[in-house]
Amino acid sequence: MKVLIDHISKVYKDRGGGRIEALRDINFAIEENEFVVVVGPSGCGKTTLLNIIAGLLSPSSGQVIIEGGQIDSKPHTAIVFQEFALFPWRTALKNIVYGLEEQGLKRPEQLEIAQKYVAMVGLQGFEKKYPHQLSGGMKQRVAIARALATDPLLLMMDEPFSALDAQTRILMQYEISRIWEETHKSFLYITHHIQEAVFLGDRVVILSRRPGRILDIVRIALPRPRTENLSREKRYLEYVELIWSHVKDQAKEVLRETV
Amino acid sequence: MKQEKIAVRGTESFTDGIKFERAIVQDKTYYLQIKQHPWLSLISFITIVLVWEIVSQKGWVTPLFLPAPSAIFSEGWDMLKTGLLFEHVFASLSRIILGFFVACILGVSVGILIGFFSIPEAIGNPIIAATFPIPKIAILPLLILWLGIGEPPKVAVIALGVFFPMVINVYTGVKNVDPLLIKAAISLGSNRTRIIRKVIFPGILPMVFAGMKLGIGIALLLVVAAEMVAADAGIGFMILTSADLMETKRLMVGLIVLSLLGIFFNWSLRTLERIFISWKD
Repeated sequence: MKVLIDHISKVYKDRGGGRIEALRDINFAIEENEFVVVVGPSGCGKTTLLNIIAGLLSPSSGQVIIEGGQIDSKPHTAIVFQEFALFPWRTALKNIVYGLEEQGLKRPEQLEIAQKYVAMVGLQGFEKKYPHQLSGGMKQRVAIARALATDPLLLMMDEPFSALDAQTRILMQYEISRIWEETHKSFLYITHHIQEAVFLGDRVVILSRRPGRILDIVRIALPRPRTENLSREKRYLEYVELIWSHVKDQAKEVLRETV
Repeated sequence: MKQEKIAVRGTESFTDGIKFERAIVQDKTYYLQIKQHPWLSLISFITIVLVWEIVSQKGWVTPLFLPAPSAIFSEGWDMLKTGLLFEHVFASLSRIILGFFVACILGVSVGILIGFFSIPEAIGNPIIAATFPIPKIAILPLLILWLGIGEPPKVAVIALGVFFPMVINVYTGVKNVDPLLIKAAISLGSNRTRIIRKVIFPGILPMVFAGMKLGIGIALLLVVAAEMVAADAGIGFMILTSADLMETKRLMVGLIVLSLLGIFFNWSLRTLERIFISWKD
């Protein structure tokens, strides 16, 4: 399985009839079992790109091609949204089985699969809680389990931890790393957090400020499984520095623009 | 010591600053805190009834205009025993429930339809905007013309009155369902009908209940009005004929029954709301 993002561009029309170019000629591929991270300054069209790949938005030109997937009723991609997007009227467990209901699985099967992912993301004991009763970290775990339960070819995460506090965020990064090791699916992870990108990714796609273009794609040749100790290693810090040097100028320009 | 100022490091350097040894910081929002007076409500209610009773007993106001609460109560008790009260309440209640039920079903369906699909929205919105401002009781003569004298026009006028708050609330509710939840459902494999059933419908439930609470008040108003225009039973009919016969006690019984019905409906809806929207904090 391979996902080709084939020369995607996106132009929005604003209310005044003006053109806003969000993405320009984005071209890369996500290989099977690969963890790809997209980083870029705010407003670089990261979320637009993710929506296009997920089939929630049409590109102005270019296309997304999924190669070598199985033909069945399952969605090829699943998303973990930044704002969780949990159904507030469903308990944690009912949220997780949502996609399985849509696949037409029988109750016992749904529960069996859901239980597997409840255990994987560490939600035991919280199955019957409603989203408003859960902390941000727990909500994000539900969202991850819900996405994984549908058994997608590609799991996409849109700045999943930006709503979490710094401590929870670091712990969730370790969790994501572990979950990827366990599932070995293709992941596409969007973030503006460079350390996070280096810690998680096999490759990091660096986008420019609007219109988002690919500045560079950096292969992170760090050993796996990645653990806490990594953050003190010299090569890790070199990667962070390299990516930061790309992003820094872009971020500065964004800062000047918005002032 | 009544200084409001809070000590800041370096205060001494301010020439106009008054130095103090210690100031205790007070909660300045104390009057915003919610206080409960559980007994006051009950005591004031009892007092009003008592004063009313005394005023009537002493003959300060003639019982024809203001009968004593005790007299109203015994009149009501008599009517209850003879079954007369039940007959009227049953007539009104069956009209309300039928009209309300029909309006809820129609209101929710039409509201979802015009809220979710663009073509029904384009067709439905101007029709609703044009008919909504008409006081529904003004349509009653037309409904009698169309449907004849009897139950159908009364039920229909109630249904019309409840339909509008329902449909407008549901429409607003559909428009306010978080688009992210719809996107999430699509990405998890939902098609359009399943989105309506599994995302839109639960999402609008709070608005449905808000519409029902508005609607039940309107239903009570319209049933009385309709029964005063043309009926041979019902609370509205009972109130009107009592007034004609100068039976103030019986008239008052009618008003109290209406108050009790209103309280009962609101309580029922709130209970249902608590059961169905238990997921809300």
